[in-house]
Amino acid sequence: MMELRVSIVELVVLCALVTVLPRVLPLILLSRITLPAWLRAWLAAVPVAVLAALLALQVGVPNGQWTGQDPAMLFAIVSALLVATVSRSLLLTVLIGMLVYALLLSFF
Amino acid sequence: MSLSIGGAVSEPGVLPQTNGWLAGARDAFSIAMGYYGVGLAAGVVEHAAGLSVAEILFLSVVLYAGSAQFILVSMLALGQSVSAIVLTVFFVNVRHVLMSAALSPYLRHLPAWQNVLLGAQLTDETFVVAIARCGREPQLSARWLGGLQLTAWMVWACANVSGALLAGSLSERLLQTQVLSFALPCMFAGLLVLQLQVQSVRWRGVSVAITSAIVALTVAWHYPGPWAVIIATVVGATLGLLLTPTTVEPTA
Repeated sequence: MMELRVSIVELVVLCALVTVLPRVLPLILLSRITLPAWLRAWLAAVPVAVLAALLALQVGVPNGQWTGQDPAMLFAIVSALLVATVSRSLLLTVLIGMLVYALLLSFF
Repeated sequence: MSLSIGGAVSEPGVLPQTNGWLAGARDAFSIAMGYYGVGLAAGVVEHAAGLSVAEILFLSVVLYAGSAQFILVSMLALGQSVSAIVLTVFFVNVRHVLMSAALSPYLRHLPAWQNVLLGAQLTDETFVVAIARCGREPQLSARWLGGLQLTAWMVWACANVSGALLAGSLSERLLQTQVLSFALPCMFAGLLVLQLQVQSVRWRGVSVAITSAIVALTVAWHYPGPWAVIIATVVGATLGLLLTPTTVEPTA
């Protein structure tokens, strides 16, 4: 139960290395230079693009073990979007979204 | 509030309630709920793939990447080679290049070693919470981001280990896990709306979001794998750039 195999440790360390590099290198390299205006405009559009892509994939495509493609999820996400638009509160959005999803899952 | 800006210390710490470690930890609340749900599921899967509790702790602390961990254990169970696993994990996580680059203007006031530590803990979820704050502030507080990311990291590791320990008795808890992990898509939905509301030109943000979502779904349906987020982000951000007037400096 508490054994730590060398082969697993090696594999995890290698995977961690290729995971950390894309996370760290842009922060290090881009902070040394002044970015041109077009690149800043491009980067400024990245967050919305990332968020929309992640959300679409979580709702629209069965993903790993923990989400699936189901109407309850779609309905709960639409509720969350509406709550966010009206309340502008992240916490309220998350809580109501989860509540709607839990109710839908337990009733249907 | 009057502040002397002449001091050498860039972070005066006069706003501990919004800029400090604890504020960061508090802002990780939604991430923590989502990570607990996903992490429990990950722990169960990792345990089922034959990893020991110690190995699961090591995996979730050192690799700390949800989709990469699922991929690692499933490829390991299939007997794939180390190089194939490492290459796949790289392709799955290379999307963080875009997020790290988008955060860099808000972290350039920090020393390189802090950039390394904060960047190493970057995830999809901590990125979107951090970048939402960037609309309101010219630079990010290292303590706030540190508090946010350390909380997310610890919850993730604890959830993975809990999943491994509970593995036998978890079937009746699967409904709870499913609801808890749903905190993450809800958080993405909330942050997307908040991001769109702070955009200077609303229709531009909405166009980027709709385009990116359609591209992501189209790519994912045709080519299952890690490329959907990367391609959607590149297409969406390029559209955003094309819709930005060249004379106007982007403010956020």
